[in-house]
This record gives sequence, C-alpha cells and structure tokens, in this order.
Amino acid sequence: MTKARTAIRVYVPRDAAALSMGADSVARAIAAEAKKRGDKVEIVRNGSRGMLWLEPLVEVETPEGRIAYGPVKTSDVEDLFGTGFLEGKAHRLCHGLTAEIPYFKNQERLTFARVGLIDPLSIEDYRKYDGYVGLTKAMAMEPIDIVDQVTKSGLRGRGGAAFPTGIKWKTVHDTHNAQKYICCNADEGDSGTFADRMLMEGDPFCLIEGMTIAGIAVGATKGYIYVRSEYPHAVDTLREAIRIANRANWLGRNIQGSPYHFDLEVRMGAGAYVCGEETSMLESIEGRRGLVRYKPPLPAIEGLFGKPTVINNVLSLGSVPIILDKGADYYRDFGMGRSRGTLAFQLAGNIKQGGLVEKAFGVTARELIEGYGAGTLSGRPIRAVQFGGPLGAYLPEHLLDTPMDYEEFTKVDALVGHGGIVVFDDTVDMAAMARFAMEFCTIESCGKCTPCRIGSTRGVETMDRIIGGIERERNIEILTDLCETMTDGSLCAMGGLTPMPVMSALRHFPEDFHRPVQAAAAE
Amino acid sequence: MTKSTLNVKNVAPAGSDELARTICAAHDNRPDALLEIFHDLQHDLGYVPEETLTVIADILNRSRAEIYGVLTFYHEFRRTPGGQHTIKICRAEACQAMHTQELCRHAQDKLRVKFGETTADGKFNLEAVYCLGNCALSPAMMIDGDLYGCVDKERFDDIIADIDRGATA
Ligand SMILES: Cc1cc2nc3c(=O)[nH]c(=O)nc-3n(C[C@H](O)[C@H](O)[C@H](O)COP(=O)(O)O)c2cc1C
Ligand code: SF4
Ligand code: FES
Ligand code: FES
Repeated sequence: MTKARTAIRVYVPRDAAALSMGADSVARAIAAEAKKRGDKVEIVRNGSRGMLWLEPLVEVETPEGRIAYGPVKTSDVEDLFGTGFLEGKAHRLCHGLTAEIPYFKNQERLTFARVGLIDPLSIEDYRKYDGYVGLTKAMAMEPIDIVDQVTKSGLRGRGGAAFPTGIKWKTVHDTHNAQKYICCNADEGDSGTFADRMLMEGDPFCLIEGMTIAGIAVGATKGYIYVRSEYPHAVDTLREAIRIANRANWLGRNIQGSPYHFDLEVRMGAGAYVCGEETSMLESIEGRRGLVRYKPPLPAIEGLFGKPTVINNVLSLGSVPIILDKGADYYRDFGMGRSRGTLAFQLAGNIKQGGLVEKAFGVTARELIEGYGAGTLSGRPIRAVQFGGPLGAYLPEHLLDTPMDYEEFTKVDALVGHGGIVVFDDTVDMAAMARFAMEFCTIESCGKCTPCRIGSTRGVETMDRIIGGIERERNIEILTDLCETMTDGSLCAMGGLTPMPVMSALRHFPEDFHRPVQAAAAE
Repeated sequence: MTKSTLNVKNVAPAGSDELARTICAAHDNRPDALLEIFHDLQHDLGYVPEETLTVIADILNRSRAEIYGVLTFYHEFRRTPGGQHTIKICRAEACQAMHTQELCRHAQDKLRVKFGETTADGKFNLEAVYCLGNCALSPAMMIDGDLYGCVDKERFDDIIADIDRGATA
C-alpha cells in the first residue's frame, strides 16, 4: 500500500461531459477511499482531455508522467486502489501515459494546449504553461501591429462563416469612438459541437486573455461573453475566472501596470438558437428579443449599443494568445490552402471514440471519423455524416476523403463551420432528417423575414407529403423551389442555410425520399 | 398540483413584486440586464409571473409590451408555475444519431406527459431542447442544471427514481 509522504496528485475532470458520466461521485469516492486507506491524495479538478468516451478519465501523476484510467465508475474505485493505481500500476481501465495515447498524441493542440492539463481556475497553472505570454507581448506592441499579427496568422472566424479575424479587427481599430466593445459569441448552438464549452470550462483564462488582447488591439475597454443557458458549468467557471483575473490585475484598470483597461461581463442566453447569429446576439445582450438586424451597418461600425464592436467566436479569440506568443508564422504554418492553423474537430453522434480532436486543416474527414473515431458505436456501416451543425450538409460515405478545408468543403456543397462532425449509421432515415431541418427552422426562426418564417413551415408540410407518399415528384419539385427561395431570400443564414441539410439529403440519399410509405409515417 | 397547461390564470406568489425590485436593483436597474433579471426571477420562483412585468417595465423605463415581448421570445423562460424539477431531453441531430427519439417516447410514456407539460404530481417539467453540448455522449439530458450522458431508457428510469427518492443526483 502506498504510504507516500507528499500527496499524490489525482486528476478528475470537472468538464460537463465528465460530470455527465459521474465524475463528481468518482472524485468523492476517490477521496473517501484514500482516507480509508490512509493514502494522501490531492484531487485536482481539471478540464477534459477530450477523449470523451473514456470519461470520467482519471489521471494519476507519477514520476514518468500522468497515467490514464477510464472510464472510471465509483464501483471501480476500490479495485483501482487495490491494484495500486496511485503508483500508476496496470489495471483493465489503464491506458498508460495520457500523453502517449495515440488519439491524444497525434493531435496538434494549439488552442487546446492547456485544456485537461491544468486546473482551469489556477492562474499559476495557467502562467506555468505559457499563459499571458501573448498578452504581455501585445502590451508592448503598437495596437495596429497586434491586428497585423492576427491578419498574418491567417486566422478565420471559427464560428462558422470563416471571415478573416484580422480584417474584422482592422475595421474596428480604424473607427474613431471613445467606446468600443469586444463580444464573444459563446452561444454554441450547433448540434454536434462542444469545443467552445470545453475551452471555457477547461481553460477560461485563455479566452479572457484573447479578449483582452482584442480589446487592446482595437481600443475597446469592455467585453461581453454571451453564453447559452444550456451551459451552466461554463457560466460558473467563466464568472469565477473573471473574478480571479480581476484580483490578479489581469483584468480591470491598468492591467499589470500598463495603460490598458479591460472589463469583462458574462451574459447568459435563454434557449434561442438564432441568438448565435451575431446581430441577434447583440440584441439579446442589450436585453431585447433576438431579432436579426439588417446589415449594413456592420457591427464593426455600429454594433453593441450602437458602438463599434468586434464579434468573435470563442475559438477565434482563444487562438489569439498563442498567435501573439509564438508569432503569426508559427500559426500560419499549420493548415492547407487558405485554411490556416488548426481546428478543434468534434466527433459526435454514432461514433465509438467521440471527443475533441484538434488538428491542422487538411486532415480528411475519414481520418477523423475512422482513424480517431474508430467508426460507429453501433458497429454498423456509416451512412451519412453531418458537418458544421444543423445548417450544414449531410455527406455520404464516399465523400469522406474530402480534406477538412473551407474551400474544399465548398466544392462539395458543404460547410466545415464550427467543426462539428455528426456520424449516422445505416439505420438513419434521411427524409426524416430533412424534415427535422425544416422543423428546427420553424422552432428557431426569429420571425423577421418571410422566406424563413413561412418557408420552413411550408417545408415541414411538403416533407410530410413526400414521406406520406402524396404526389412525390411534384412535392419534391416544390421542396426544391422552396429551398431556392429560402436560400436567396432570407435575411440571415438561419433561413438561408436550412436548405443545405435538406438539399444535401435529397441529392445524396434520394432513395429515402422514395421509400414505401410506412403505416405510421407521421412523427 | 395540476398540469401547467391547465393553469390558465396564475396568481403570482405574494412578494414577487418586491423580489422583482430587489433583483432589478442587484443588476443596477440596467435595462440591458433584462435577461439576467428574468433568469434570477425564474431561479427563485420557478417561472416569471406576468404580474412582475409592470414593475420591471417601470424600473427599467421600458414599455410593458416590450418587456413581455422579450419574455415570450426565449424558449427558456416559463410564464406559468411548473414542477419542482425540469427535465430537458436533447432531440438534436447528434442525439438522434443515437436514437433519442426512443428516449423521448419513453420519457413521455413513463411520466405520462407530453413535452412542455408538468407531471400530475407536480414533480417534473418535461422539455425538449436542441443540443446540450454533450454530443459525443448522446443521447443527453439535463435536469435542473445537472448534465447526463449516454441516457438509455434504463438509465433514465434510474436517474428519475433517484431524484424521486430525494437523493442528490
Ligand atoms: C442561426 C445562426 C446561428 C449562429 N450561431 C453561432 C454560434 O453559436 N456561435 C458562433 O460563434 N457563431 C454563430 N453564428 C455565426 C455568427 O453570426 C458570426 O458569424 C460569428 O459569431 C462571428 O465570429 P467569428 O468570425 O469568430 O466566427 C451563427 C450564425 C447564424 C446565422
Ligand atoms: S432568416 Fe430566419 S432567423 Fe434569419 S432574420 Fe430571417 S426570419 Fe430571422
Ligand atoms: S416571401 Fe419574400 S421571398 Fe418569398
Ligand atoms: S445534439 Fe444532443 S447534446 Fe448535442
């Protein structure tokens, strides 16, 4: 039995996904068992390493490095102690050194370098692993040079539209206004995505640092983080991290003795997908209905409360510290074509090894799904994969060799979006998925424009007729027409992109629109 | 308690006006903090009583119609009292890939309610949501802010039974 003088460090994640599989009770069980045996342990609640099928993934610190055990249930804890897991001994749940697990080892972790490694709320941990190096460098630079670095890095918006971040910043930088804002879009409503959540829960100071750098670059002294209400853990972690950063003078007035001020506030959404659309989000932060605004004016010119505003996704802002730390070239050297750097891909749905894989652009969908993900969880053949959330396309198996790259995906009429990858096996009914896309649009439309508000309702009705076997050819024609109207006539991408999943389902899986009518077809 | 859908006329709990005032003050009576104010009210009362809207409108210097419009726009806010616990089951794509439809059917049968309703004993609200950010461990469910992954029918029953017994989830 271990009778160590110094406490052995045991990591049990506090990430919501780990909690969803019982991490809290596992942590309690480990503390209780250690006490019973007289073993000294120090339990650290880290973020998740991203190997979500192994959660709760418990790690023990040994002289050789951190050893991984998972998925650990409370009922395994006694046995783990019995076989000497505090010394990193073998066990049926043991995966060896975490850093050597191929799923983890073969990633290119830039934005997520610290997630899972550190205690998310320890600023000392954060600084030990290069935290605040980027901001420190930025504070010694001319603001326009910061903007320049971000532009040169090739970073494009990770929220979905892939607009160059540096160009957006330049517009705000060039406006003359005493009050400007940085708004972080943490609405992350896309099905199949959870990377924003993992960064906010696993390394909140990284986002705070990125936003502070953005503030200095464009001359903004106030920032908001708009987090969806489905993420209570992320909200709590961020609020606590902001308090800590303020106390340590990494936020607030004269940050670390510099002339710069930056304040941050978290705002919680209230269950509206459309509030992820940037102007709808601004309305929501202002305390209004989330109606999409007409553009122009661009938010960069007239944004939050009518002031120039940078709006960026969590991962865009979270990638800024490493760009400032290691330089634009370092970041730009990853990737392919015009897709530079890395993306946090999220493997979800019917997949054996679901989780987060940060890789340089250019990796193929197949490498991610079959290599990392190990195929479907059901063991059945892959039939369809939805990329880029509910407004993204469904692709068939034979297109999985497409490299993950914004332009390559456009060529196959699909989107990389926020990096969500949702796998379906051969039991999927693609007509039902097309109907769902329309239904989702009826539920989430902000209602401002007709093609989206009414079009989606007509879309559901038309899909019902197709599924019900009523005048199929004519209704498929109506559906196609309707989708064209929605694409061309919608004010924002909610209505404008809903046709993407619908038409991709029709294009790649037409047989599902011609199935024999089921007895209970309506659902 | 009856099903919330039957509660057409709700009488706000005594003191809810006062509570609304306190909450507004805690947010410095800022008009832009309206969603936060609603969240706090719902946290304390389980819903946002319509009676409080006039008070809030006055304090924030906005019209009651506008305040009402905001309240009704967001799926998260309840306008009627509901059950003790709120169960949110994800029915978005990644969870569908893991057959959340079956879980949805099972939950509705088991609790004998439809989505949007409250159980006859007043214990549970059942709601459909679209993604809880737990898409690698689908199907996902959230009860009062606690997240659950890989929820099949048996696990659903176990979790509900635990909560029913008053055990901490
Ligand atoms: C319906 C809809 C939902 C969206 N949801 C999100 C979201 O949840 N998170 C996000 O960052 N961007 C979302 N976007 C994209 C934003 O409008 C915007 O492009 C993005 O926040 C800009 O940041 P980026 O340039 O860093 O990507 C959404 C767009 C639409 C039309
Ligand atoms: S497309 Fe839909 S969500 Fe977007 S502005 Fe129009 S109605 Fe609103
Ligand atoms: S209703 Fe305006 S485009 Fe059809
Ligand atoms: S799709 Fe269900 S949790 Fe994301």
